[in-house]
Amino acid sequence: MKFKLNVWRQANEKSAGGFEKYDIDGITNDHSFLEMLDVLNEKLIVTGKEPVVFDHDCREGICGSCSLVVNGHVHGPQEAATTCQLHMRKFTDGEEITVEPWRAGAFPVIRDLAVDRSAFDRIIQAGGYVSVRTGAAPDANSILVGKDVADRAMDAAACIGCGACVAACPNASAMLFTAAKVRHLNLLPQGQPEKDKRTIRMVTQMDAEGFGACTNHLECEAACPKSISTDFIGELNRDLASAMLRARADRSFTGG
Amino acid sequence: MRIADKREPTEYEACMSTRALSLTHTTIGKKMVMAISGLVLFGFVIGHMLGNLQIFLGPDAINGYSHTLHSTPILLWGARSTLLVAIVAHAVTAIGLVRLNRAARPVAYVSKKDVATDYAAKTMFLSGITIALYVVYHLAHLTYGVTKGLGYQHLPVDKNNWPDVYHNVVHSFQVPWCTAVYVLAQLALSMHLYHGAWSLFQSLGLNHERYNETIRSSAVAVAMAVCVGFLAVPIAVFFGVVK
Amino acid sequence: MALQSHCPTGPIEQRWEKHRFNLKLVNPANKRKYEVIVVGSGLAGGAAAASLGELGYKVQCFCYQDSPRRAHSIAAQGGINSAKNYQNDGDSVYRLFYDTVKGGDYRARESNVYRLAEVSLNIIDQCAAQGVPFAREYGGLLDNRSFGGAQVSRTFYARGQTGQQLLLGAYSALERQVAAGTVSMHTRHEMLELIVVDGRARGIITRDLSTGKLETHLADAVVLASGGYGNVFFLSTNAMGCNVTATWRAHKKGAFFANPCFTQIHPTCIPVKGDYQSKLTLMSESLRNDGRVWVPMSAADCDKKPGEIAEADRDYFLERRYPAFGNLVPRDVASRAAKVVCDEGRGVGPGGLGVYLDFRDSIARLGKPKIAERYGNLFDMYHHITDENPYEVPMRIYPAVHYTMGGLWVDYNLMSNVPGLFVLGEANFSDHGANRLGASALMQGLADGYFVIPYTLGDYLAQMTPTSTAKDVTKDHVEVKAAKKAVAERLKTLLEIKGKRTVDSFHRELGKLMWDNCGMARSETGLKGVLEKLPALREEFWKNVCIPGSGEAMNQELEKAGRVADFLELGELMCRDALDRNESCGGHFREESATPEGEAKRDDEQYCYVAAWEYGGEKKAPTLHKEPLEFEHVRLSQRSYK
Repeated sequence: MKFKLNVWRQANEKSAGGFEKYDIDGITNDHSFLEMLDVLNEKLIVTGKEPVVFDHDCREGICGSCSLVVNGHVHGPQEAATTCQLHMRKFTDGEEITVEPWRAGAFPVIRDLAVDRSAFDRIIQAGGYVSVRTGAAPDANSILVGKDVADRAMDAAACIGCGACVAACPNASAMLFTAAKVRHLNLLPQGQPEKDKRTIRMVTQMDAEGFGACTNHLECEAACPKSISTDFIGELNRDLASAMLRARADRSFTGG
Repeated sequence: MRIADKREPTEYEACMSTRALSLTHTTIGKKMVMAISGLVLFGFVIGHMLGNLQIFLGPDAINGYSHTLHSTPILLWGARSTLLVAIVAHAVTAIGLVRLNRAARPVAYVSKKDVATDYAAKTMFLSGITIALYVVYHLAHLTYGVTKGLGYQHLPVDKNNWPDVYHNVVHSFQVPWCTAVYVLAQLALSMHLYHGAWSLFQSLGLNHERYNETIRSSAVAVAMAVCVGFLAVPIAVFFGVVK
Repeated sequence: MALQSHCPTGPIEQRWEKHRFNLKLVNPANKRKYEVIVVGSGLAGGAAAASLGELGYKVQCFCYQDSPRRAHSIAAQGGINSAKNYQNDGDSVYRLFYDTVKGGDYRARESNVYRLAEVSLNIIDQCAAQGVPFAREYGGLLDNRSFGGAQVSRTFYARGQTGQQLLLGAYSALERQVAAGTVSMHTRHEMLELIVVDGRARGIITRDLSTGKLETHLADAVVLASGGYGNVFFLSTNAMGCNVTATWRAHKKGAFFANPCFTQIHPTCIPVKGDYQSKLTLMSESLRNDGRVWVPMSAADCDKKPGEIAEADRDYFLERRYPAFGNLVPRDVASRAAKVVCDEGRGVGPGGLGVYLDFRDSIARLGKPKIAERYGNLFDMYHHITDENPYEVPMRIYPAVHYTMGGLWVDYNLMSNVPGLFVLGEANFSDHGANRLGASALMQGLADGYFVIPYTLGDYLAQMTPTSTAKDVTKDHVEVKAAKKAVAERLKTLLEIKGKRTVDSFHRELGKLMWDNCGMARSETGLKGVLEKLPALREEFWKNVCIPGSGEAMNQELEKAGRVADFLELGELMCRDALDRNESCGGHFREESATPEGEAKRDDEQYCYVAAWEYGGEKKAPTLHKEPLEFEHVRLSQRSYK
């Protein structure tokens, strides 16, 4: 198969970027999308040009590194998959393919298609944990967790932190990521003691990073490679409202 | 610069240490303001529609209704001030959110396609502005009776010395452009209500897997009902059912 | 130089406790004066950085990914072992210890393995308390499954994403410490050199992958938890970025590399499709619980559709050769058996490198919904990748490189022979011997990070004055400056070659040589052949590699080139080690050392030792040091799965 590629190139965060056009040939149905870019890069390198920079690592859909908008679709046109799980059989021979990076003010471009997603780490730092000292844990079976609760917590915990939700959201909102992370722990008994504090802190940090607000477009859920439900966003809203109400009444935990 | 611990410590500490530990300082809180003020305005729209439908009961019914309202200042100004607060909250918050959301994506996509969202959701700000502009016109038209050069008359009172709503409405809707503007505004309102209606459940955290489908279809039904309810009047006038 | 394992003596059940008591402690008020570098943020590194930060040490943690949460531990699917005996099926610490020593084909230290089994109990407690959403029974208790042919159900899991969930647990603990200010996290940083001053590890040189800036980081101790080196084969189940650079740099600075040839080949991977392929995808081992492995009896049937091959014409070779364990034989045995039938020309699919993993009988017995419930996500994954529906046609699988048991030599304290250099997780050689059992890698990574290094590192630090007080090593120290200069020169050299071949083309060539000669089966002639070819390939690399761009910006080709340059050297050491070990054990199969039926034959008389290689210098042969292994508790015997 042959394709006409239209790829975003940008030398660094400060410089202005633009699209470059490339023709690529000799691609098969079984090439993954990233392997197709590998082929392109090999071609560029031997002609002395700089290859296209893009983030990728596990290439099996779990590490959350890859982050491309392909023909206007976050992670490409395949549902519930990351870019690395996309195969060229999803495209028609001769098709023109536009490749863009994640676009969000909170995700500045580092180079070409690679963006800086450290904002997500900072949201976790704000409270995405259970404060448990190494070695201080009680016997695992002393904490009972109903199967339904564990399963639902796992649904939220399946988030791979790729940032597709932000990329897909018309407002570049990080609500699905934050909701998944907050709700994973807020659902579990282990997460109860720090529930309110976690919710307030993580939402505050999310806002401070410059993500947009959720206006219920549900684009995030559709783009999410793990199909995380936007129901968690509603639940986060609920958790935040009740946490704020309690926080007003009880000042003992301010100062965090 | 990629060192992950450069966290600015303190939007949170600032927020927690001030007395104004306030929900409305968060984007989520702002959405809740939108939802609650929207709910108030939604209630008004339903009430207004029911009031309008009294036109089918004849001039005395609707004019009498208007008279009752105007002769009960507590009711009238209570409603007006509640609405004013809701409108201001809704509009100011909306403008803030739109600015925030635009700033969140400084460089736009060239190829981005929508997968899940719909026209109503994407045009909330536009439909909101349309409604706001229409409300200004609507108040000038029927509440304050500005008619100069607009092609219709405004009668202050009827034979009972009640506001002559019936005459003013029927007369206006016999003017085609006036009806057209009204219809357009109603379409914008219905779309706005549809997205607002289901969205407020999500924003207020009243969503639940089991009821989400019902909420979505109820939102469609309510928006359609409002649309039909409001449009019934000009259509009736147009076809001469009400004259 | 005699290798001191520092293993405690006495009853095995008491060794770790006794040893811990004998370890020196650092005064709590002094802990913050000690700086520790942790390279890698996976299960071992993340857990170590979090735990050490919590103890009060000043920790700097580095990873090449854009977030510590992306370390390749995240990809582990199956589960984590722990001798909890929650199922009341007769499990115990001793049994897990026994199984691991035996499964590793008697090439691991008994003391280390016992400790691993012992702390496996704490790991599950720790992770559950962190909020890892392990699978639960209806009553709210933890669920277990049997994994990798174990006779007891001791594997804890979180759907098919156990590694991800455990890593997110360690990551959350790590980020908590980052917020607390005890750990500084440096993402998109790669360690390119180890700084050794007066024989002690005192820091590292890193490159900021976003900006290209070289940085010097000094510390009182360096902990490497940088994972395995399976990518020396180019194609493996490792992530694209997994590399040997951190450990190889340390090796060249004096750390011994132990058992480099011990590689685990996982039997259930999706076969290679074409030469453009960049990576191999693992299908969880759990599939062998219900799938039957077969190939056609006759090579003539290989091109037929599987459905057209009659039952009588199918060779269920694992069930035939190993009636007791059948399809559930350990990984090394299953992999070799698949290779044997493919070598006989009976392999299926492109290139004849594949065997069927058939669910037809299980679907008939249990129904499609039951199979979908158990393996739905794996079936979907297979379908996506191959465009074949495994509910209708059997899967095709082939072994692939998955894990490396070898790594830097460490003593019982997880310290290498270079004082102050500690090595954890897959990066060290320690606990799995010549073959790793399923669901044991996660256990070892977390054991090292949460429950071993916090104690043993303190013992080392307690014996020295912190650099922050002594000021004996600064960025101006001659050794420190030399290390940085060496890195800068190496990068400059690479960038200036401007040859004609891409880094990947060299990597592919290296990978093929290694896979063909140092993969599932190794022979003297094959290994000697590669040992002749590798220096030439390395030489060509340094003359003809092409790396566009500069070192002062993000340059992924430059990153890859540095890694491949190290793989080219490591490959040679692996072959040398494989050649030297003229026995078959675990994942290491020497064709010269087989029973008449073709099974692996261990030679305990001559090879019951850890082979620790000392770097000899440019173009000089490495020196072999042997650490003899003694088995007091698990009697040496030939493994049999017949």
